[in-house]
Amino acid sequence: MSASALRIALVGNPNCGKTALFNLLTGGRQKVANYAGVTIERKEGRFTTPSGRVLQILDLPGTYSFDANSPDEQITRDVLEGNYPGEAAPDLIVCVADATNLRLHLRFVLEVKRLGRPVVLALNMMDAARRRGIVIDVPELQRRLGIPVVETVAVKRGGATALVERVDGEMPAAAAASIDDGPSRADLHVQVRELLTATVSMPRQTAELDDALDRWALHPVFGLLILGVVMFLVFQAVYAAGKPMTDLIGDGFGWLGDHAAASLPVGPIKSLVVDGLFGGIGTVIGFLPEILVLFFFILLLEESGYLPRAAFLLDRLMMSVGLTGRSFIPLLSSFACAIPGIMGTRSIQDPRDRLATILVAPLMTCSARLPVYALLIGAFIPMHHVLGVFNLQGLVLFALYAAGILGAMAVGWVIKRIHRDKSEHALLMELPSYRMPKPRDIAIGLWERASIFLKRLTGVILALTIIMWAISTFPGPPAGATGPAIDYSIAGYMGHYLQYIFAPLGFNWQISLSLIPAFAARETAVAALATVYAVGGDSNTVGLAHALAANFSVASALSLMVWFAFAPQCMSTLAVIRRETHSWRNVGISFGYMFVVAYAASLLTYQIARLFS
Amino acid sequence: MRLSDLPKGAPAVVDRVDDAHAADPIAQRLRDLGFVDGEPVRVVAIGPIGADPLLIQIGSTRFALRRTEAARVTVRQEAA
Repeated sequence: MSASALRIALVGNPNCGKTALFNLLTGGRQKVANYAGVTIERKEGRFTTPSGRVLQILDLPGTYSFDANSPDEQITRDVLEGNYPGEAAPDLIVCVADATNLRLHLRFVLEVKRLGRPVVLALNMMDAARRRGIVIDVPELQRRLGIPVVETVAVKRGGATALVERVDGEMPAAAAASIDDGPSRADLHVQVRELLTATVSMPRQTAELDDALDRWALHPVFGLLILGVVMFLVFQAVYAAGKPMTDLIGDGFGWLGDHAAASLPVGPIKSLVVDGLFGGIGTVIGFLPEILVLFFFILLLEESGYLPRAAFLLDRLMMSVGLTGRSFIPLLSSFACAIPGIMGTRSIQDPRDRLATILVAPLMTCSARLPVYALLIGAFIPMHHVLGVFNLQGLVLFALYAAGILGAMAVGWVIKRIHRDKSEHALLMELPSYRMPKPRDIAIGLWERASIFLKRLTGVILALTIIMWAISTFPGPPAGATGPAIDYSIAGYMGHYLQYIFAPLGFNWQISLSLIPAFAARETAVAALATVYAVGGDSNTVGLAHALAANFSVASALSLMVWFAFAPQCMSTLAVIRRETHSWRNVGISFGYMFVVAYAASLLTYQIARLFS
Repeated sequence: MRLSDLPKGAPAVVDRVDDAHAADPIAQRLRDLGFVDGEPVRVVAIGPIGADPLLIQIGSTRFALRRTEAARVTVRQEAA
């Protein structure tokens, strides 16, 4: 941080496009989406103006008022007031306002102005405002506010030129600071009304498209129906679109592995490359298409503005199990990964609602579990068509996701029983305008996800796979040994010990062993099984599904799938729970209850399934 | 009349927001969001389960409010 850099903070109401503006200015790739509370942390970037001035830009969580209600709003307030640890108050505040919704956003602008610091107002989404026929008299608004006002379109290249020119120029004078008390806050609304009458003409209060879509999307019957169909189609699509690509990648790696095998001399190196790298890693990478399909739909939902509608429809249901409509968005993003989901709970104001959401978030099936499900379903569930249209494999996948959701509802209900309180929990949630998802944002989102996956694959998953290979290979069998070589390796010993715990669930020693690396990263269970079976000589690089089908029963497979639906989350999730709740106790509760639930559910599944087979 | 009793689609104007208890943060937030005297409001949609929450349009903004939250807002229906 150089002393000469001008420090600029972007602030404004939630969902007004601060982060889009930040990305446009700094070339950043921070997540943007169409709901309130996407940005939950302060983010920092740099930007050099045409005149060579270096700007340090802070992107802050959106807030409706300085009377902060939730942890993310608190950050914004602390930064602006210069109370954020290790950070001086910004030199210039750029207040971003949605030009289509000035009645709400101008009030916060006035509140910011009262801090008595230099402020520039950026009227964002000017393109949308023009389309709706909203006319803003910018010079007059500037004159009345007494601060510079510029127009921006954060989602368009060059959409921030006016803002850049303004901050590159002379520093605006600070407005006079004034105290914040009850009566003066009421005055703000009076001022907003005067400003609007004098400077803004709106042909219509809302976008016609929003009214038309909401008539269906929020309809008491059709709304729920649409929500159900949307969710169901997403999971069907994951299987239908992802599977052929997965098979293609699997075949490709099999071919590569065979060629590598042919060119390497027999020995430990060949075994490491073929069994460990191609067998282990190759199997996991094949599931990237499924993960990307899932993400594609999550991104579409996020960008369109539909998610807060879903939250509206489900609020009452979620309330009855001790959660809130606001939990819906963090829980949905937990289908991608519990970590951003748990961090996203910062936009929930109520501490009890927030903790309950954090505790159930890991029950949402994260994308790292998808490879495990996909592998087992592919190996054990026949490719039937049910009722002519539904694919049985897709249905089983849907059922596993549903099991997680029902589990979360049950756990939420229990938390509500244990942690009774009579205080009221607010919803107070803004529903944004619908927006056409931008292909570029979707592409960036998918790219980010793919690169995270590949990083994990070449980092932690690769390391664990090599370790798994090593402990499955060494030590070699003693002279005169009669059993399979792998039984004498470290993996063999560990697996057989673990089996004492997991045998009642129908897990053989190989599965029991694979649960350990799965604790670091779920997908590794697949790589570990692939490696162990490959070293044991039961499988070639592509035949893991066959090896599994030959080695254990359908009852065991079902039991293992159920285990993964409820099993204790990965280490990173536990670390995030610790960080977000500042409590090891919550980490213990979270891990403990999931272990008990997973063990009980798998035990039940296995014992019942055995009766029928 | 309370906002929670306002029929769907009927135009009304906010009269005031009452604190449900002393230093009620929900009431304060409602005022900050623009629920102040003279502001036109309308119930746009009603939640599917137990007719809760309500979708309230105020200005150009739509807020989902639970019935208990909407009950803090007193509105008057004006002859249109």
